[in-house]
Amino acid sequence: MKLKMLTMTAVVALGASAAFAEEVRVYNWSDYIDEDLLKKFEEETGLTLIYDVFDSNEVLETKMLAGGSGYDVVVPTGTFLQRQIQAGAFQELDKAKLANSGNLWDVIQDRTSGYDPNNAYSINYMWGTTGLGVNVAKVKEVLGDDVALNSMDLVLKPENMEKLSSCGVHFLDAPTEIIPMTLQYIGEDPDSHDKDVIAKTEEILTAVRPHIQKFHSSEYINALANGDICVAVGWSGDILQARDRAAEADNGVEIEYHPFAEGSLMWFDQMAIPVDAPNPEGAHKFLDFILDANNMAAASNYVYYANGNKASQEFLEEDVIGDPAIYPDETTMQNLYITTPYPAKTQRVVTRLWTKIKSGT
Amino acid sequence: MRRALLIAVPYVWLLALFLVPFFIVLKISLSDTELAIPPYTPTLDLSQGWAGIKGFFSQLDFENYVWLTEDDLYWKAYLSSVKIALISTFLTLIVGYPIAYGMARAPEEWRPTLMMLVILPFWTSFLIRVYAWMGILSNEGYLNQILLWTGIISTPLTILNTQSAVYIGIVYTYLPFMILPVYSALERMDGSLIEAAEDLGCSRFQAFWLVTVPLSKPGIIAGCFLVMIPVIGEFVIPSLLGGSGTLMIGKVLWEEFFSNRDWPVASAVAVVLLLILVIPIVLFQRNQQKQTEADQ
Repeated sequence: MKLKMLTMTAVVALGASAAFAEEVRVYNWSDYIDEDLLKKFEEETGLTLIYDVFDSNEVLETKMLAGGSGYDVVVPTGTFLQRQIQAGAFQELDKAKLANSGNLWDVIQDRTSGYDPNNAYSINYMWGTTGLGVNVAKVKEVLGDDVALNSMDLVLKPENMEKLSSCGVHFLDAPTEIIPMTLQYIGEDPDSHDKDVIAKTEEILTAVRPHIQKFHSSEYINALANGDICVAVGWSGDILQARDRAAEADNGVEIEYHPFAEGSLMWFDQMAIPVDAPNPEGAHKFLDFILDANNMAAASNYVYYANGNKASQEFLEEDVIGDPAIYPDETTMQNLYITTPYPAKTQRVVTRLWTKIKSGT
Repeated sequence: MRRALLIAVPYVWLLALFLVPFFIVLKISLSDTELAIPPYTPTLDLSQGWAGIKGFFSQLDFENYVWLTEDDLYWKAYLSSVKIALISTFLTLIVGYPIAYGMARAPEEWRPTLMMLVILPFWTSFLIRVYAWMGILSNEGYLNQILLWTGIISTPLTILNTQSAVYIGIVYTYLPFMILPVYSALERMDGSLIEAAEDLGCSRFQAFWLVTVPLSKPGIIAGCFLVMIPVIGEFVIPSLLGGSGTLMIGKVLWEEFFSNRDWPVASAVAVVLLLILVIPIVLFQRNQQKQTEADQ
């Protein structure tokens, strides 16, 4: 009898662990998917999806480098992906399990292969640009009707910023975004890894620093939508979400997104599978689900980011595919630049410079 | 035998939950960064036996601690954290003492309810309460709306993302840690002592200052340490409510760890922080000891 009980417990335990293996754990950026898709994935595959979010590449990278994160799919940005591949954090994708991989867009594949040679480790989820979110009425009230809303002058010229500080300006808390932008502004190579060149940004940023209310990488969505701030240097889709939230709230706030006329940073968020993923099988199923043209289109229609999925384009709504803020026209595309990861020594210089700019110490 | 086992229990806890983690952090602080999993070197390789252990120790050095002295960022951040902790402890005392005093003076049947009210906020997540302050203090927040509506101010006050918001957040969050020890000291106080002081010619204020305050000193000291020690290492409140100019060691530690991916330097910062915190803790303990001796 006792033995029988024991075997029964063992069977139950086995069953439980089998059920456990049928979980897929995804770690993605916050506000970055249509949540209906998550339900749809569970219904189609019968897998249990555990979906967690983060709001900075640094947090994700620390989990990846510590190992044993327990996630099956993670979504680092290109530069971070490249470094994590070098550290051995990801496993190569099994293309045979990704039946929908033919949907990928060669134009984007071409660019992402700079970070992930042959795109062996990752698929593109979404891409976008870093630019300006403006509360049109407030900015015009402060700076006059004929102000250029797409120029870096708006946020890097002290006299403009001094006036804008009365209605609030946020910057991304991401030196890897703001320093290339400032280098582009002063006509240097935005992807420079030269310490002396990078140091040139200090003067420009310190001059506008007193007028920046906060450096933060996600708060500006709500702050713009509520009318708490009037300008944010932020990511395209986030600002477009702020625009829509404001429109929904009908609070009289009108937000616009503009890539910089001087050239904007283009970035790519890539889905990859950690080397120690507990359920790589399920991870591939999730990637294949995302690669489906309809699903990818639903995600883009919801979050207002462009994606790297050519086949999804026919399912995109007109205010996504037709909006040059999301899918830039050919000339703007030419103007976009990309960056590569800093080596450790340069990274320390960049972080130190960033702290100095932010806190004055 | 049984006694030895009983005594062993707390020591095992101490070893497993304090000493072992501390030595791991200490070990990492003596290592060097590397782009790998985990992102530092050397790692202990026991498979090579004695030679592996020897090789491991020979690669450790104090380079990271030297680095901390070379950049003025670190001591400025330590100093600024201590300053913020001292000021907010003082503010917490100013706000908390009258509340504790009022509670101790309240009719006996009210006291459990008042105590409950002080503890009640703990039932909501700390993070949510700090977020609620963001809603109150923002430019379009409740506080500004009320002040504008009543006509006290004509343009909204900028409080959120400034140092003031950090102090408001800290005082609010840590207030119960000040009230409870002060209250328990005041509650124990014999009321007839005040009557005696007044009979002997003290004014009410003098009686408070010369009798009540000295008798509540152990409570004040306990409250101050309970507030100050965690505030020095505080990270959540300054990062949510503070502006980018708020320099605190918790934030510097975050940046070393997350932005620079430099676990060894981050660990060195943590070890030094621990040493800084040990000083007030030792002082606190000595005070407690004196107190128990005095009671006997």
